[in-house]
Amino acid sequence: MKLLKNRMQPGFIVNFLYLFLSFTIILPPMRIVPFLISAVVTAGVVFVLDKQWGKIPPMGKFLSPQHGLWQNAEPASQRFDADLSFPDLRGKAEVYFDERLVPHVFAENDEDLYFIQGYLHAKFRLFQMDLQTKAAEGRASEIAGAKAINYDKEQRRLGMKFAAENALKEIEKDPAGKILFDAYTKGVNAYIGSLKASALPIEYKILNFKPEKWTNLRTALLLKMMAKTLSSGTEADLANTNAKSVFLPEELKLLYPQVPDSLVPIVPKGTMFDPPGIVPVQPATADSLYFGNKQTVTAKEISKPDIHNGSNNWVVAGSKTLSGSPILCNDPHLDLSLPSIWYEMQLQSPSGNAYGVSLPGSPFIIIGFNDSIAWGVTNAQRDVKDYFEIKFRDNTKKEYWFDGKWQPTTQRVEEIKVKGSTTVLDTVAYTIFGPVLFDESFSTELSTKRNLAVRWTAHDPSNEGMTFYKLNRAKNYAEYEEAIKTFECPGQNFVFASKAGDIAIWQQGKFPARWIDQGLYIMPGEDSSYMWQGFIPQAENPHSKNPERGFLESANQRPVDSTYPYFIPGSYITPRGATIEKYLSSMNGITPEDMMKLQNNYFNLLAEDARGILLQFIREGDLNATEKKYLDIYKKWDLMASPESKGQTVYQLWYESAEREIWLDDLQRVNPQAPWPGGQISMEVLKRDTAFKFIDNINTPQVETLYDAVTTGLKKASVELAKLEAEGKLEWTKFKDPTVLHLLEALPAFARKGLHVGGGWDIINAMKHTHGPSWRMVVQLSTPTEAYGVYPGGQSGNPGSKFYDDYIDTWAEGKYNKLWFMREGDRADKNIKWTMKFSKE
Amino acid sequence: MKFLVAIILTSLLAFISGLFLPWWGIAIASLLVAVLVHQKAGKAFFSGLLGVLFLWAGLAWWIDMKNNGVLSKKIAAVLPLGGNGMLLVLVTGLVGGIVAGLAAMSGSFLRSKESVR
Repeated sequence: MKLLKNRMQPGFIVNFLYLFLSFTIILPPMRIVPFLISAVVTAGVVFVLDKQWGKIPPMGKFLSPQHGLWQNAEPASQRFDADLSFPDLRGKAEVYFDERLVPHVFAENDEDLYFIQGYLHAKFRLFQMDLQTKAAEGRASEIAGAKAINYDKEQRRLGMKFAAENALKEIEKDPAGKILFDAYTKGVNAYIGSLKASALPIEYKILNFKPEKWTNLRTALLLKMMAKTLSSGTEADLANTNAKSVFLPEELKLLYPQVPDSLVPIVPKGTMFDPPGIVPVQPATADSLYFGNKQTVTAKEISKPDIHNGSNNWVVAGSKTLSGSPILCNDPHLDLSLPSIWYEMQLQSPSGNAYGVSLPGSPFIIIGFNDSIAWGVTNAQRDVKDYFEIKFRDNTKKEYWFDGKWQPTTQRVEEIKVKGSTTVLDTVAYTIFGPVLFDESFSTELSTKRNLAVRWTAHDPSNEGMTFYKLNRAKNYAEYEEAIKTFECPGQNFVFASKAGDIAIWQQGKFPARWIDQGLYIMPGEDSSYMWQGFIPQAENPHSKNPERGFLESANQRPVDSTYPYFIPGSYITPRGATIEKYLSSMNGITPEDMMKLQNNYFNLLAEDARGILLQFIREGDLNATEKKYLDIYKKWDLMASPESKGQTVYQLWYESAEREIWLDDLQRVNPQAPWPGGQISMEVLKRDTAFKFIDNINTPQVETLYDAVTTGLKKASVELAKLEAEGKLEWTKFKDPTVLHLLEALPAFARKGLHVGGGWDIINAMKHTHGPSWRMVVQLSTPTEAYGVYPGGQSGNPGSKFYDDYIDTWAEGKYNKLWFMREGDRADKNIKWTMKFSKE
Repeated sequence: MKFLVAIILTSLLAFISGLFLPWWGIAIASLLVAVLVHQKAGKAFFSGLLGVLFLWAGLAWWIDMKNNGVLSKKIAAVLPLGGNGMLLVLVTGLVGGIVAGLAAMSGSFLRSKESVR
């Protein structure tokens, strides 16, 4: 969305015209006419400047130094001290801000603690909370106008609000927990209620709207937005369905293997698994109705999350560290944004004392540590979302065929309000499986006539927030295990370390127990036989505690090897976990500094694997001077995806180009699309067989070999590389342009571009163009705890504050902030820069 | 002299209006001053314009200085003013000034029957 075109507003032109006239044409003595003209023109100009015109904000209001943008220009010497009282508080509380504007909240009870967390989230991050939850609910059109209608429809048809409502019901079932969510909501609203129009975050002034009151439902919506980001893009059922219509079963296995050859699973190899508590049975009709169904599908999700949404976490036991205490590390990879997705804080009440990062819009610390333990999360990448084909009786969608009779649907009429246009109504039919996401009235391709209902674990009632409430207070392994047990969606790898010396990891979530290949493709939805038959018992979720080798790690890989007794598809990422394992297994006497270095490591394991094949199969004699030059750069490359590396750029383009030579002709047989074989698959297949059949280009009469694919790959890549070099973009960081975007992508002025960072999706330092490590944390569980952290942003969401992006350079350089775990006795410490006092009266 | 008094009064009253009224309070302030301190339409226009131009540009400049120009250069890139914060200060002053000038002219016409000068 591009704001403000460089042009005069019509009002000005009328004015100047009038001014000219009024000085030349004199109408004495009757001045009532000029007065009227003048007054009307003045009123007209005021009107024009008070109103939003397309993307141009109301300029009078926007420029007024006492109302508009200038009010958001925070003085560099701004103080954050305050004495606040709210009738909703029960006691007294203090918030101590350190020099990085990190609040250390000390409250007399949990209700006040979360009230204040809500207040602070709103004070520093109101716009992002408001925008993200509106987007979650499918209300983006209210802000962005007609272009967001399809996005909103998809959100509603995916059942985002339905999911949040189910979560809210679950929250309300537990009165003790509900009080905490209520307190948080009251805190947010206490800030919104005290907010003057002139103090609104600048994004509201640019887009000309106002924040909406907070509710517990909005907290639930925010958590469901995370569920969507992390567990909605981990399946490829629609694309798989199309692939199945073309490829034979053994070809599908080669292209999309379940257990990669190079897998280094989360649960150490050799761990024994219990026999399964549930054994799902394949329906009798599967061969004909499911595997044998060659029908394709043109529907496609509009806002499918990035499959490379991932993260690293690992923990090393005292046996491997210099201090003898465990060290826990975590860096969740997400779309980086300003204001940052995370807000750092410490929350202390008589029930606990936790430090870490929180999500504005939700109470609790999400990733962090307390006096006894530390925890972190990565995404499980498991497939927990399936499509079922629905047969409606007619296009009223009021009845569908299920188990031998017409059953009624539940219909939700979605009312999508659109800025600057009329409201759109969309009827969504709910079946026993879930909402019908695609039907004739919603699809990106209107030719689709297949009605697809979506079954997704995010729809099931659960209360993920309470896991964090408990983790914030957990003192040992047993309490950690108890805290995470009820966490259902999105499935996460909860890594753990305690001062008692325990290390552990659990892949926790609610995962369907599937028969082999169940849910890889669209399933028949006319009876119950294809439905999920149950869930993997929680105790059988992949986990490991205190392994002999003294470390555990997860990086979005398949959690277990092929001996695990369940079929667990997902969009796993293999190379990063293997890289982490390679380093950790050889390290000893580890210090927190070593771990920081590892989080910023640039080693490209996949490239090391590929080197032998690329160099063996390149026909050097066929290369011209330019191509030889790039080959030479590649040969000298140190396999590090460092920012200034040219070899990494050459490798990346060459490898991808060679992959296209191998796969593209075959994948193009699938219409409209087949999934691209994941990251390391080409290399694994080639290691097994350098003459497998897909290497041949089926569109040419001759038979291509790997020599052709590798050589043509380099030739084609060289054309691209020469272009990049001419633009001065051959260095990896110039090519990649690492960027932290503002939430409104149309505001590049609020973003940070051209950061000097290397890395990639398969590198430990997983920075891509706009996606990467959103919070890096290293915690040594010694006494006292030694903790370090940094995220690419700043504590203030205000682009006019020096605290808006002040950690970005620290983050880009691979440096960390020392995290100050404040204690009761530190209330007069010199680290305290400002104090905010809260009380009832 | 009158011209100068009108400018100062406009600035002052416009500032006070900003504490209580929406941004267009500057128009009321400027019109009021033009009625009280009567000048010919053209002169009234310029005293209103300069009164609020000085006020708005002055306030913006002061805020910008304390802010070390952090926000103005971003907004000046959005608007687009080439990322020049000082240009944004000037545009701020001009927009306020033009509104106030027009309002002042209206105020001047309101008392047109009496002799000016």
